[in-house]
Formats: sequence, structure tokens, C-alpha cells
Amino acid sequence: MSTLLQNVFGNAKGFARLNGESKVAPFVVLLLVVTVLASACNLLLPQDSIFYVSTYTITLLGKYLCYAMLALAVDVIWGFCGILSLGHGAFFALGGYAMGMYLMRQIGDRGVYGNPELPDFMVFLSWNELPWFWQGMDQFWLAMLMVLLVPGLLAYVFGWLAFRSRVTGVYLSIMTQALTYALLLSFFRNEMGFGGNNGLTDFKDILGFDLQSDNTRVTLFIITALMLSGLLVLSKKIMQTRFGKVVVAIRDGESRARFIGYRTENYKVWLFVYSAMIAGIAGALYVPQVGIINPGEFSPINSIEIVIWVAVGGRGTLVGAVIGAILVNYAKTKFTAIMPDGWLFALGAMFVLVTLYLPKGLMGLWSQFKGEQAVAPTPVNPPNETSASHNPEEGRA
Amino acid sequence: MSLLDTTREVMRRDQVWPFLQDDTATVDISHQVLLYVEGLNLSFDGFKALNDLNLYINDGELRCLIGANGAGKTTLMDVITGKTQCDSGTVYFGQSLNLLEKDEAEIAQLGIGRKFQKPTVFEAHTVMDNLELSLKSNKSVIPTLLATLTGEEYDQMDQVLETIGLKGERMMLAGSLSHGQKQWLEIGMLLMANPRLLLVDEPVAGMTVQEGERTAELLTSLAGERTVVVVEHDMEFVRSIARTVTVLHQGSVLAEGSMDEIQNNPDVIEVYLGEAP
Amino acid sequence: MAIGGFLFSLLVSTSTLAEPPSTAQQPLLMQLTEVKLSKALPVLQQLETSTGADMMVLFKTMLAGKLYYVKEDRSLIVVSKEAGETRYSDLFSAEPRHDLSKKQVKKIKVNNKLRGYLRESIARMQLHHTDPEVRVEAVRSLFSDLDKPTIELIRTARLDEQSRSVQAVMDVALALYRVKHAEDATERLEGVNALQGSLEPEVRNQLTLLVANDPARSVRKAAQKGLDKIAQQAEMYGFINQLFFGLSLGSVLLLAAIGLAITFGVMGVINMAHGEMIMLGAYTTYVVQLLLPEMIEYSLWISVPLAFLVSGLAGVLLERLVIRHLHGRPLETLLATFGISLILQQLVRTVFSPLNRQVATPEWMSGSIEINPLLSLTLNRLYIIAFALLVFMLLLLVLKKTSLGLNVRAVSQNRNMAKAMGIRTDRVDAMTFGLGSGIAGIAGVALSQLTNVGPNLGQAYIIDSFMVVVFGGVGNLWGTLVAAFTLGIANKFLEPVTGAVLASILVLVFIILFIQKRPKGLFPQKGRAAE
Repeated sequence: MSTLLQNVFGNAKGFARLNGESKVAPFVVLLLVVTVLASACNLLLPQDSIFYVSTYTITLLGKYLCYAMLALAVDVIWGFCGILSLGHGAFFALGGYAMGMYLMRQIGDRGVYGNPELPDFMVFLSWNELPWFWQGMDQFWLAMLMVLLVPGLLAYVFGWLAFRSRVTGVYLSIMTQALTYALLLSFFRNEMGFGGNNGLTDFKDILGFDLQSDNTRVTLFIITALMLSGLLVLSKKIMQTRFGKVVVAIRDGESRARFIGYRTENYKVWLFVYSAMIAGIAGALYVPQVGIINPGEFSPINSIEIVIWVAVGGRGTLVGAVIGAILVNYAKTKFTAIMPDGWLFALGAMFVLVTLYLPKGLMGLWSQFKGEQAVAPTPVNPPNETSASHNPEEGRA
Repeated sequence: MSLLDTTREVMRRDQVWPFLQDDTATVDISHQVLLYVEGLNLSFDGFKALNDLNLYINDGELRCLIGANGAGKTTLMDVITGKTQCDSGTVYFGQSLNLLEKDEAEIAQLGIGRKFQKPTVFEAHTVMDNLELSLKSNKSVIPTLLATLTGEEYDQMDQVLETIGLKGERMMLAGSLSHGQKQWLEIGMLLMANPRLLLVDEPVAGMTVQEGERTAELLTSLAGERTVVVVEHDMEFVRSIARTVTVLHQGSVLAEGSMDEIQNNPDVIEVYLGEAP
Repeated sequence: MAIGGFLFSLLVSTSTLAEPPSTAQQPLLMQLTEVKLSKALPVLQQLETSTGADMMVLFKTMLAGKLYYVKEDRSLIVVSKEAGETRYSDLFSAEPRHDLSKKQVKKIKVNNKLRGYLRESIARMQLHHTDPEVRVEAVRSLFSDLDKPTIELIRTARLDEQSRSVQAVMDVALALYRVKHAEDATERLEGVNALQGSLEPEVRNQLTLLVANDPARSVRKAAQKGLDKIAQQAEMYGFINQLFFGLSLGSVLLLAAIGLAITFGVMGVINMAHGEMIMLGAYTTYVVQLLLPEMIEYSLWISVPLAFLVSGLAGVLLERLVIRHLHGRPLETLLATFGISLILQQLVRTVFSPLNRQVATPEWMSGSIEINPLLSLTLNRLYIIAFALLVFMLLLLVLKKTSLGLNVRAVSQNRNMAKAMGIRTDRVDAMTFGLGSGIAGIAGVALSQLTNVGPNLGQAYIIDSFMVVVFGGVGNLWGTLVAAFTLGIANKFLEPVTGAVLASILVLVFIILFIQKRPKGLFPQKGRAAE
């Protein structure tokens, strides 16, 4: 683990300059190299070798990368479009549930109750048949489609409603939080048919591969890394097109963008959908690696934590969000092991300190350190917003 | 809008469905008038910002709007560009296009450009990007995602950069420009969109005298080919460009005519100097 | 306060300190321990008419078969068995007598005849009790076993009864008896008609019986009519009850949201730590009670101002240290204050404990007002509704009449202009934040009377409070008031239909949709400045 971080930092000097467009390509190369090395060290080396990477570490890394992907999703809309979503955990969890349903169906008759059709919790609730939305979820392709469609559709409906009526700023943030809160409440209900409180767990295998085996774990890890790399590159490409420029323009002056003829709500909706889909994919990759999905993932605090990962890394930089997510979660793992009570203090302090003293995150710090003019597409304080933003109405004007 | 209203709107006989319409909606100016504003009323909590306002702008005209603070100049522009909904009245662009039922983006795509009081440019973008974004093009999501700049568009951009004198700053971030340069950039953005009607709100605020003169020159040169409506407080500037001046007072038109006529109009004198002539 | 009266009559035999018996009564009491069972009745009769101490204790204890006497000095004592342990206590003073053992005491025996007499006598005494509420309860307690002597008792008591409410219950009792025992159908019918309008559960049972069993059709019909009326009334009172709960929830929401409404209205920032300010207020109440355990009755009077100060101070500190530096960046403010809320929660967990704490409710706030048998309003909720409205009015006064209020309104309408007029906006910000947070603290005190106090107390309210602010429209206190009560009532009316969880989901969805139609809330600010 620490080698990975050293790598990230050691090499960071080479690429993490914040000059308009952060260097995605070198980071992706680094990410893939680390992935291949870690995987090889797990599979090829004997357990007693000093370079052996345990399967536990691989899974942990895989988890971090899922979080990184989630952070990427938030960065895409917050960093580039100024939409602070406090509900991205919901899309993550929905993707996770879609994957969880597939994995649940794969258990077949190996469950405690041995029912070939129904998952254990349904037998426990003495249901007789599969609810309609569980139909066909034993098909991998359908489940994967749902991983994209369900978060995407929710984002579309929510975004369409919210952006069309020009809900912005803190209003939107709280609305997204309310959204995930409502989903949290719903998924806790047994009648929803998603396992209630306990969620979905006790998965056995995926596409016929045993989820506990080293090979499957490493493969999942590699897939996650590849996916993350792909999405990083794709996101960067999108942000370089005129679409991306419009998005940033909306962030810095939405009404101006409207007055030169852009239907800003459409842009926001589609960016929101894209972002939600990334979050959904992250959730889908997360579930088989950690082995459980439960309503806790919907809790508002989870979603807000994602935002702090992005803020720590530096928003509007893509790579920064990824690094932030990995760092904060690494710190969380270490911290909770040493002093569990302290973590919330640390997290709270991080929120305050980063927003007060490190508004551009580590990436911003880095470019400052290098003495460069930060010309990133991340004005902390877009002037034309500042002038009026203390007016509460401004948020929705 | 309720479902019924929507259905009714969709099934209106006197209109062609939007998707059947020609993409470049034509502005019908057969009567030489480009903009009709009739009987406009708007009140904020009892305060009448616009009071039965009537205004006609001819095609190719350069019109100045003057009036004290609160006379309704900016509110009028807000209504025309779709930023604010009015209580009653009609606004037509040409003979046939009802602006009140369109939103800001549609109005902008029809060819009405607006320059704000405060220069609003996209600070995180370069000058070039700012111009590219304002380019007259298909502005829906997918075409924008796939858009690339053509050679022609590059040429147009160069031309505009030349006009606004920002050739050397083309790769600079708009946020690092001076106030006057931002004003120019915003005018440049208007030019890129190639609008039919320009609404310009206090263009010379914060400009030096020389910059102001250049702006005046530019605006006069634009008139004819395009229609320009200028809101300005600076009387010198108005005098230097104006052919027709409209005076707004308390939300309605007080007087209209050439600069000299206006200056001798007893109503205007009364309002401005606060005494009967 | 009927419940209180009822409790009184229940507890009277064990806990109330009765006066010591008078000299006229002493020998009679002595006699009671000596006479044979068959001769006890006259003694009791004399005791009933004797002047001096209230003999209710004696009769009740005797009826319950708990009356003993000490063999040695023939003094009367109560022997009760609690949790397998026999306890001895003096009959009149109720003081425990630890010196006694089973062998030293003897039971005063009671037979059925005596029991009948005792029961009647107790009812008689209660029927002539000075407190009308006790009398009402006495009649009501007789409903279930009305027999001829009791009815006679009631009938005679009715003649002298002055209190209307007692008269009404007595009439119900008489009618009930008639309905039950009259042979003649017309008389039963009269009885049924007399019962119309009474909401006593006993009446309802009786009418149901009549509908099913009565031989006379006219009686059945009248009874059915009476039942329908009761059902109608029950529905109405159920409605009022729900309305009351809705108002109660609404007042809590109002208290929680109003501080947020002020800070959001003036500064345009969402204080995510607002919930924790509520929590601080609740913990202040807890600490006050912890430090002054003998003053539970007055603890709230101390807690309210103290909570205002504690939370208000925390708010001012928060503004000075954090929010000020994030001026004009509402989203960052939201994040930073969220961090603060995490820290505060964890702090409380560390200092107190992660477990919920119980806060005692003072005597004067417990209990309930019984309007009629179908509707009783709990006092603590009533007080909180009144308290919320009081706070609202005070706040309105502060904003309308004080210079701080003037400044606050000026800044919330146009900050730059206010600044230009020489208003020190930074001080106004700090004061506003202090005020908003202080009110949240007060809300915490109120909440501590409804639920347990825990570190997560405030978290539950931040989303709801924000919904109230959004729904009501920013910068409009009346809007907040209307929104809080609307949402509270809507929630409580949905709950029985959909369940609590679905009700909150529906309310959330409703607000999201509502914003579509009215993005600026119920009572929006208008004007170009508001754009």
C-alpha cells in the first residue's frame, strides 16, 4: 500500500501540474503500472516473499479505486459544472444494488434456505415469487444494463425536474441530499424487496468464478483499474470538446451561457446523467469486491464524504479527485485502526481546513508549490457569481 | 402549463409543429419594424417597473434608451430577452415571432444578442474559447459535443479579434483581462453570434474616453446591417451615436425623437430638472 | 385535569398523607379491630358519618383486603405485597413500619356484605367529594357495574349536584341503567335517546349490544343512530387528534427551522451544523438537570435562556471563525459547516456518551388534558406548541422593533446597499448567526421534552428544517410558520395511511415537485433585486 502511495507521490512531480488541463495520461499510465505490478506480486510471488501483496490489500486497493471512480463522478459535475451533489452515494448504491441482485440470483440453491429461485431474505419474509423487478436479473447483461440505466434514469428525472426549474446552488445540494435520504428510508423497508436492513450479501460467484478466489479478486481489481482509467480519459476528452467548454461556462456564468443560446438545463441534465452512470459503475464494481450492499450506502453522510475526497484532491482536475479519494480513504483505514473515535474529528477538521485553506485541494497546492500561475479551469471564486451570491435568491436566479 | 394547455398549444392550427419548421426561423420584417413591444406591464410587489410600455424598433436602426434609474430600461431588456416574465403585453420579433413564449436560449438563437451592464465573460476560458462558445451554431447537446471549428469559423474569429483589438490576447484567460477589455470581449462575443438585434446595456461604463470613442464607432458601424438598441447614461456618448432617442420614465415611454427634440421636450425637462418649464 | 384527579383517587389509599383521625374517630377505629365480622357494619356506618379525617383510605384499604392491625397497640396498618416482599405501613401517615413482622399483625376480615357496603360508601364519599372532577370519575367508575343501590345513590346525588359536567355523567349513568334493565321498550328507547351524544366507551358498548340483541326494533334503530353519531364524533375527534399531533410536529419543525430561515435569509448560507445547535440546546437541558437534580420543576426555566446562550455563542464562534472566511461561497460554507457538525457530534459522543440520555419532564408539563373520552391532549405537546408560537412572536418583534432587526432586514434585502448605508454587515452577520443558533438551542430544549437526547438528535432535523425553509420561501418568517405547520400536519395525516417512512418520503417528493411550480416557495420575495 505504502509503495503505491509513494509511487503516486514520487511520480506526481512529473505530471500533476495544474496548467489548464491536468495530465490525465501520465496518471493513467502510472495507475496501470501499479495495477499490473500489484496483481503480479499477488499471483506470481509466494506468500512469504517480501514483495508479496496480500489478497486483502488487493481488495482494499480495488475498493479505493471504486471510491476514486465515485470521486471522479462528483468532480465531473461539481468541479466542472458547479453542481454540488450531496446525493451521489445514491447512484453508487443503485449501481451496487443492480450488481448485488445479479450476484444474489447467482447464489441459486446454495442459500441457507436452498430455494433455487428466491433469495434467502425473500424466503424469510415468506414471499412466494420473485418481484417483477428481480426478473431477469440473473442475466449478467441485463444486470449490467441496469447498473447504467437505473442511476442514469434517476439522474435524468431528478435533473430534468431540478434544472428545468432552475434550482441551483445550495438548494440543489440539499435536494440531492433529500433524494438520497428518501432512498435510504425506502431501502430500509423490507417491502421494497431489496433485503431491507441487511441488504444483499453472502454472494458466491460472478459469471461462474468464485468470488473468494485470488484470481477473481485480482481480475476484479484489474477491471476496476481499467475502468477508472477509461473513464478518466473519456471524461477528459469530453471536457475538451465544446460541450466541456459550455459546461464550464455554465459553472461560471449560467445566465450568460443561456443568453448566448445554450439550453443550459439540457447540458446539466446530460452531464448529471453521465456522472450518475460513472457512480453506478463504481458501485457495481464495489459490491463484488466488498461482498455486501446495504441501505447504509444511501446515508447522506457517505455522499458528503465523497465531496471531501474531491475537495482534498482539488476539484475540476479529474486526477485530483482520484488522488483525493485514495488518500482520504487510506487515511481512514489507518486512522480507524489506530483510534476509531478520532476519525470523525479528523474528517470534520478536514472539511473545515480544506474549504478554508486549501480551496484548490492538493493539486492547487502543488501548482502553487511549483510557483506556477494556477490557470486551471477552477476559479475558486468566480467573480461574477460572488458579487451577488450572498443574496439567497441568487442561487436560483 | 397543464396537460390540456400543452395539448392545445401543440395542436394549434395557426402554427407548424416546431420539428416541421425550418431550422432557421425567418424574421419577417415586411413592415420595416423589427421589434414590437406593446402594452407591457410588470410590477414587483406593487411597484410598477413597466407601465403600459410601447416601443417599436425599426430594422437597421440605432436606438438609444435613456431614463433615470428605475425607469425600466434594464427591466425592458430583461423582458425582451426572456429573463423576466411580464404581467401583460406583447413582444414580437418581426411580424410573427412571439418572444414572450420563448426562453432565453431560444431568443438568443433567434438572433437577439445582449450585453450586460457588468461585463460578463467566462473568466475561466480563454478569449478564443469565449468567442467559440458564442459562435452562431447548433447549440443543442449532441452537436456541441461533436463540434469542431471549421476554417471559416477561424477566419471569422480572427476578424472579430481584429475588430475588438484583442488579437494579442487570444490565448489569455478572460478573467485576466482588464475591465475595458472584458467589455470589448463581450461585444466580440455578440458579434460572433451574428445577431439581428443587439441589446447593449451601458457599453462604455468603466471605459476610458478613447475606448468609449472606439465603442461609439463600432456601434455606429454595426447599425444598418444590424439593429442596435443602446441603454446609456453617458449623455455625451448618446449624443455621439444617437439618431433616435427614447426616454423612459416610470416604466413607460415619455418622449421619442432626435437628441435635439428630446432636449427641448418640456416633459423631459420637467422630469429631469424637476420643474415646470 | 381529570387524569390527575383520577390518579389522586387511585393513589389516595397508599401515598397521600391523610390527617390523623379525630378524637371522635379514635374509639370507633379501635372498635373496628375488636368487633366480630357480623358487627362491623354499624361501626363502619358510624365512621362514614363521623367528622374528622377522610375515611376513604380506610375503606379502600379494607375493600382491597389489605387492612391489618398491630396486635400490640391495635393501630391500623396497611400490608401490601410488592415484588414478593411484604411491606407494612401506617394507614394514615403511610409511613413504612419496618419494625413489624407477620406475626405481630392481624388482618381485619371482610365479607361480601361489608364489601358491598364499602363499595357503595366509597362511591358515596366520592360522589360528594368537593372536587367535581373526582365526582365525575366516581360516576364513571360506577358505569361498569350499575346496580339498583348504586343507581339510587346516583339519583339522590344528582338532586344536589351543581356541576354541569357531573350532572351530565350522572344522567348517562341513569340512562345506561334504564337501557339495561327497563322492561318496557319505550322506556329503553327513552334511555337510548338520553344516551345520544355521550362519548363514553361504556355507552358505545351498550349501544352495540342493543343493536345486536334488543327485541324492540325502535330501540335497535335508535341505538344504531346513536352508534353512528358516536362513530361520526370519533372520526371528528380522531381528526382533531391528528391535527393536534400535526401541530405538535409543526411547532417542533418551526422551532428547528426558524433559526435556519433567518441565517439563510440574511447570509444565503446553509448552516449544516444547525442541527447540532439544536443538539447543544438539548444537552444543555440535560446538564442543567444533572447539576440541579432537586430543581427539575424549574430546570426548564433555567435551560431555555442557558441553551440560547450556549448555542448562540457557538453560532457566533462558528461565524467568526469559519463562515466569515467563506463569504460569498455558499457551497463551501455548506461543506465547512458540515465538518463542524461532525466535530460537534463526535465531541458530544466523547464527552457524554454515544448513548441517548433521558431528560426528565417537570410535573407541570406531564399529564394531559382530557377534553372528552375520545380526545385528550398531552400537556407537553400543548406547551411546546404554545412555546413555539411565543418564540415566533418574540422573533417577529425583535425583527420588527429593534435596531438589530432593522439591520438584519436591511442586510437580507440588499447587502451592498446596507453596507453603503454604514451598517456593519459583519457584526450583523455574527449577531444573526448567534440569534439563529440561539433559537436552535431553544428548539433543543423543547425537543428534549419529546424525545431522548442523543448525539444524532440534530441530524434528523436539518433536512426537514431546510424543506420548511424552501417550502415557505426564503426571507419570510410567516412563510416559515405556514410551511412548518403545513408539513407537520401533512406528515401526521399521511402517517396512518402510508406508514411513517413512506409519509416522509412522500413529503420529500412533494417538496421536490413543489419547487418545480414555485421555485421561490410559498411567499417569494419579489423585485429585480431578488433575481
